[in-house]
Amino acid sequence: MSDLTDLGVAAIREGVAKGDFTATEVAGAFNAAVAEAQPALNAFITLTPEKALEAAAAVDSDRAAGKPLGKLAGVPIGMKDLFATTGTTTTAASNILGNFVPPYESTVSQKLWDAGAGMLGKLNLDQFAMGSSNETSAFGNVVSPWRREGSDAQLAPGGSSGGSSAAVSARIAPAATGTDTGGSIRQPAAFTGISGIKPTYGRCSRWGIVAFASSLDQAGPMARDVRDCAIMLEAMAGFDPKDSTSLDMPVPEWAANLNADLRGKKVGIPREYRMDGMDTDVARTWDEGIAWLKDAGAEIVDINLAHTKYALPAYYIIAPAEASSNLARYDGVRYGLRDLPQGAGLQDMYAATRAAGFGAEVKRRIMIGTYVLSAGFYDAYYTQAQKVRTLISRDFMDAFQTVDVILAPTAPTAAFGLGEMVSDPLAMYLNDVFAVPASLAGLPAMSVPAGLDRQGLPLGLQLIGRPFDEQGVLDAGLAIEARAGFTARPAKWW
Amino acid sequence: MSVDTATVARIASLARIKVTEDEIAAMVPELNGILAWVKQLGEVNVEGIAPMTAVIPNKQRLRDDVVGADPLTGGGVQGKVLSNAPAGEHGFFGVPKVIE
Repeated sequence: MSDLTDLGVAAIREGVAKGDFTATEVAGAFNAAVAEAQPALNAFITLTPEKALEAAAAVDSDRAAGKPLGKLAGVPIGMKDLFATTGTTTTAASNILGNFVPPYESTVSQKLWDAGAGMLGKLNLDQFAMGSSNETSAFGNVVSPWRREGSDAQLAPGGSSGGSSAAVSARIAPAATGTDTGGSIRQPAAFTGISGIKPTYGRCSRWGIVAFASSLDQAGPMARDVRDCAIMLEAMAGFDPKDSTSLDMPVPEWAANLNADLRGKKVGIPREYRMDGMDTDVARTWDEGIAWLKDAGAEIVDINLAHTKYALPAYYIIAPAEASSNLARYDGVRYGLRDLPQGAGLQDMYAATRAAGFGAEVKRRIMIGTYVLSAGFYDAYYTQAQKVRTLISRDFMDAFQTVDVILAPTAPTAAFGLGEMVSDPLAMYLNDVFAVPASLAGLPAMSVPAGLDRQGLPLGLQLIGRPFDEQGVLDAGLAIEARAGFTARPAKWW
Repeated sequence: MSVDTATVARIASLARIKVTEDEIAAMVPELNGILAWVKQLGEVNVEGIAPMTAVIPNKQRLRDDVVGADPLTGGGVQGKVLSNAPAGEHGFFGVPKVIE
């Protein structure tokens, strides 16, 4: 039965529907793989094998009764521990929510269960999704299943959706949810040789997702290939009146409409993304991607995204500003940790609770956000950043007058080692340089695996599309996937 | 613009995060590094540019003015609301005494 864990979303769904195997067998196989890998990879914060089996039993009994099966019937998935799940601890990888048991279910996770998926467990992440290496979790680092050739040094799975990327690439989950605020789906997908898409802002409801930066946060799927991402995104997306920024639009049939024939399409190559001192393997992979899309029939067009270099500094004002406001709710009163020193008053309790509950990176970002929003600095920092954000968005809209989709690297490097970047927060932030602009503009963007670097580590290519054009992004991703022939997977050492 | 220990202490107080003097000392260079880096935004000519307010244009909706229109966000769930409270007492959130 162990080869069931080699199957992706589409293959599991089809096999269950045809009766080649039962959903219960699939859930059992993945539960066993998770339990075996957990001590080494630490991809999960909470394991819920019983939830996976329960959902599988429901699918098997529906099938036996001849009932119609959902889009994800029989597919067990990992759920990033940022999505509220009824009765299952939801921590955001922070001590401040260490014992938080939601009495409600996030819209996205509910939609996945309604589609027939089951939950293997709650996946580890950077604390409050703030990080690019999964090293800010209060529940320990996630270790990437990948290793450099000839080395057993522990590598970062990327972040913030590092548990998701590690689990999918290690074949202990066929797919997982992620959330992307400034690259948190795409960068970990690139680091681990899997696919992941952040849809247009508003496609997936934010209701029940622990908030980081509300104008940027977007959920999306992470899976082994483009088709699996399309299937899962269909199940996750859709209008939700409980999210004021939810898009009131029908959800297209992205998977059924996949088409890797790009004849008549124009692909933009942003000049500003080709930076001085760019990693040679990253540059080579990008050139290969250009050739592959040309081979798929697309016309290649050089474009300018003039304000690219300002995207990251703008992000590191806007995201912390929103975070400082969103995280004000953690006060030790209504839920979460409370630290009440002997004789302390209310204000002291707030300060002690937040000091004890938040990790160093979360505190750093709250502090930056508080500073840039404080009286006298608001205009110089926050208003200026929001104006620059308008310009960044305008650059994209100008480019999309000419091109249909944009191709760029996902990250400036392959995965780095755990501990290599932690001492310098700024260096860590720079890893999101290619991912952040699309986030600021709310655009759909995807990472697909494209090849290996000189150390044998995966590199991803990023496709950025027009608002609402997930189809164009997925199609171009499929064209790359078909030509990259990426079959590498981490050797099992756990 | 850069911050000193007094400014960092003031920000921490505004943010309601208790910090030790050692933590403040460590944060000063970290925050200054980040602030020096974001300063480059000042180079951008933003004359006549409006700050972004909605990343994807979207109509603001009002929900129906009905109690409990959505069972998930409606009322009548006191037990659930208090289920995670560190000190839920007599149907309320308990806090330290604020009035002497």
